[in-house]
Amino acid sequence: MDIPKDRFYTKTHEWALPEGDTVLVGITDYAQDALGDVVYVELPEVGRKVEKGEALAVVESVKTASDIYAPVAGEVVEVNLALEKTPELINQDPYGEGWIFRLRPRDMAHLDELLDAQGYQAVLEGEV
Amino acid sequence: MRKTPLYEAHLRLGARMVDFAGYLLPLQYTAILEEHLAVRRKAGLFDVSHMGEFLIRGEDALAFLQWATANDAGRLKVGRAQYSMLPNERGGVVDDIYLYRLEEEAYLMVVNAANIAKDFAHLRSLAQGFRVELLDLSEETALLALQGKEAAGLLQGLTDLDLSEKRKNDVFLAQVAGRPARLARTGYTGEDGFELFLAPEDAEAVFLALLEAGATPCGLGARDTLRLEAGFPLYGHELTDETNPLCTPWAWVVKREKAFFGKEAMLARPCRERLLGLVLETGIPREGYRVLSGGRPVGRVTSGGYSPLLEKGIALAYVEEGAEGPFAVEVRGRAVPALLSPLPFVPLK
Repeated sequence: MDIPKDRFYTKTHEWALPEGDTVLVGITDYAQDALGDVVYVELPEVGRKVEKGEALAVVESVKTASDIYAPVAGEVVEVNLALEKTPELINQDPYGEGWIFRLRPRDMAHLDELLDAQGYQAVLEGEV
Repeated sequence: MRKTPLYEAHLRLGARMVDFAGYLLPLQYTAILEEHLAVRRKAGLFDVSHMGEFLIRGEDALAFLQWATANDAGRLKVGRAQYSMLPNERGGVVDDIYLYRLEEEAYLMVVNAANIAKDFAHLRSLAQGFRVELLDLSEETALLALQGKEAAGLLQGLTDLDLSEKRKNDVFLAQVAGRPARLARTGYTGEDGFELFLAPEDAEAVFLALLEAGATPCGLGARDTLRLEAGFPLYGHELTDETNPLCTPWAWVVKREKAFFGKEAMLARPCRERLLGLVLETGIPREGYRVLSGGRPVGRVTSGGYSPLLEKGIALAYVEEGAEGPFAVEVRGRAVPALLSPLPFVPLK
């Protein structure tokens, strides 16, 4: 499974990529592979304020629905509208075109509480 | 956990395996959507060896089956098959089944994997007083389902028997890829196709020959999306021990003009619910979601999912008798408008 080293991860299989004072959030390669064909994404509203661990989006595959949790507390500043027409971007490019929303964290320092690539790798090995 | 004779072949093909009714079976080989569309457009091949097979034979075989099943087994000529149900004593359904007349006094009954033990015990208890022999052949029978518009053409390349003469619900013997097989022009996808009953030792050779001939291997994921799109019931969802089949779209199975076990209870049991096909404007309905009418809960989804042909969420749902539309399905606290759909959800031949 591909795990880029340029970003942070959660135990619930989200990734968080810092960009200026915001973070881009999506799901990992492992998560998209486990879900299978993604056919619908319920995006959060721009402007919504969330706490860390709050469910704010839903990714639905043919098989199942999966909540997506905020990796850190903050405000939703942008959502990936391309997913409304082409939810399969999550399968095709989970770390790029398949991003789900952009958060402005209440405090960028909160990102340090997340896992790095190595830590996430260890989580996956624990699951297998 | 049990394995089918094709277990090793599935692993070699890279299948993702899941536990289904105690069997390890492929959920998918590549992706459910791809496998679903292969069946709708060309031909897909499923390992359904987990299904149960009972042989029922003897001079009272027909009389026994007339008593134990809801459809009219007397209409079956040798070499023909029918969909049927095993009613229970209180107007519900022990299982939905397929019944094949193999010989004058020999029938094959295919039952759901999760119900093999329950069904066999039920049939044995009903068989008292009938001169009939019941054999559970589930362990020594492999079952493949080749489904799709190209199924017949593809299979024809592997057998000398002229398949063009065979109609839906025919059952017959043939050599397939040099192996003895019992074929039936039946299936659970809404497409034309064949089911192949094989000895376990012949299953892999035939499975691989069909793949070689161009069939796409398909898992249980696609099997479920295909049957849902076709509007077929799945036991444990649309049909249960408590479901009166007369209150379902499958009431046609029940032949009231004949006597059968549980008939009086079934006829006396009022219909409190009816089954609907629903198509959602957005989102995907899942089993257990509530159906709303005017904001009030009036029913529940028994099977829900994504229709690859409609590219929308679809559901089979029971609602209270008398509940009127417009309906909505509650998806994560939100009432999503749902349009009534005839079954099947998609046009099928």
